[in-house]
Amino acid sequence: MKVLVCVKQTFDTEAKIELKDGKISDAGINLIINPYDEVAVEGAIQLKEKGVAKEVVVVSAGSDKAMDAIRTALAMGADRGILVTQDAGADEYARAVALGAAIKNENPDLVLAGHVAADDGSSQVPTRVAEILGYPHINVITSLEVAGGKVVCSSEADGGTQITEVSLPAVVSSQVSWNEPRYPSMKGIMQAKKKPVDTVAAAAADNKTTIVELSLPAAKQAGVKIEDEAEVCATKLADWMKNTVKVEVK
Amino acid sequence: MMAGTWVFVEQRDGNIRKVTFEMLSQAKKYGDEVSAVVFGKGVKALAPEFAKYGADKVYAVEGDIFADYNTGAFVAQMVAMINEFQPNAVFFAHSFNGRDFASRLAQKLEAGLATDVIAAELSAGKGVFTRAIYAGKALAKVEVATSPVLATIRPGVFEVAEAAGAGAVVEPAVAASAADVYQTIKEFQPTVSSRPELNEAEVVVSGGRGCKGPEGIKIVEELADLLGAAVGGSRAAIDSGWLGHELQVGQTGKVVNPNLYVAAGISGAIQHLAGMSSSKFIAAINTDTEAPIFNVADFGVVADLFKVIPTLISELKK
Repeated sequence: MKVLVCVKQTFDTEAKIELKDGKISDAGINLIINPYDEVAVEGAIQLKEKGVAKEVVVVSAGSDKAMDAIRTALAMGADRGILVTQDAGADEYARAVALGAAIKNENPDLVLAGHVAADDGSSQVPTRVAEILGYPHINVITSLEVAGGKVVCSSEADGGTQITEVSLPAVVSSQVSWNEPRYPSMKGIMQAKKKPVDTVAAAAADNKTTIVELSLPAAKQAGVKIEDEAEVCATKLADWMKNTVKVEVK
Repeated sequence: MMAGTWVFVEQRDGNIRKVTFEMLSQAKKYGDEVSAVVFGKGVKALAPEFAKYGADKVYAVEGDIFADYNTGAFVAQMVAMINEFQPNAVFFAHSFNGRDFASRLAQKLEAGLATDVIAAELSAGKGVFTRAIYAGKALAKVEVATSPVLATIRPGVFEVAEAAGAGAVVEPAVAASAADVYQTIKEFQPTVSSRPELNEAEVVVSGGRGCKGPEGIKIVEELADLLGAAVGGSRAAIDSGWLGHELQVGQTGKVVNPNLYVAAGISGAIQHLAGMSSSKFIAAINTDTEAPIFNVADFGVVADLFKVIPTLISELKK
């Protein structure tokens, strides 16, 4: 079985966001694999270790910098990479078209991706890719079993856990709690440098949406801060909850 | 005349989620015809519920294949209805099912989609939607001008307002068949909890590293239950295994915006702040006077949560 994993390079989740000339500034920002995608990479490598997957291919759409994300995935244990060069301004539609075209060429049995990216928070691309490929999909998974040409996953749904089965080939998107991604070993990092990465141009697609404005939320002002005996603190906090917030006590 | 705003009803077994009424109330503000669209079994009977919040029409699609949400049949049905009735815009809940539905539908229609929307301007053929990006560290205004205008709406953001609507039931032809279904839902295990869901709760009480272990979390839960609140946690509390991942608040967890957020023993790492800073009121309890959480707290107490919360509980009970 061939498993393909989509990864996106994102800002570190601890990064402070600043605007420069109306755009998000990436100056001094540490770049990482989107944490949800990192879990998908780990899931794919585990499938290979179990002998379920024969090959793990990692694909990323983005600028040359996305190569770092691919190399990290290769260092974790993926076999080869594909960098789909695309303008950073591509929207979810254009990105899905670019990834979809590259994935189609590979004809994988299973496509894995994070269910959401920590930067744009859209949660659209894996499902859009599934539609482009004509594959069934399951989102926000926390477990995965492959057997008899089918994949069965648990998903973190609203108000409970859903267990869904689809036939392969399929697209599956991961929740961060699915697994604990490994750190690349030194040996893995050395090997990753020799693993093949193809660079292809993105399939042409115009954006369907336009970002008309970026802004930073109004900074929340610090309010009252009390340093006193715990009892005094608690009494004052209770008064504030009752009189200002007007909480209802059950 | 515009062809109206559709609100896709978020429901399970006839239990309508509050976000549906939030979307109807928001749609009503545009002055255009508002319709609730509901797929399922026995859903026609729900029509008066939507009329109460201003639905002029209720498109009710009945059928066994719509009993549980499944992407294939729902998309096939919606595409047929969009072609027939030509709505100006369709709103979905930004939920497990809603974002799945809207994303696959948008790609089928080769259309744009704004997800997790927190403010929405709508006119004929165009929507301008505000989205939180980087989990709320920045805001983006996104224009969607493909037809129909598609968006998923974050629960708990828009106000619910009752408004009389005719609620006229329309029963469109069923356009989906078993051949459209490609997912088998083998099981749904509801979370057994007496507490509200994190992203719908009026009050959220969260615990962090300062809880020191399950005992500290128990104190947090006791306060939460007194306030009818949802329980959440910082990444430290989740990674330590004191709470399940589904309760994580922050950039790799959930973004919440309750009326009151109580942070107990949470220092306020930037990725946590991203998930809760938009709460209306924030209270913080932490022993470290330098903790960043105090920069966003409306009411902060520098004290030990193990001492503060029990007294707080007895004071609130008075």
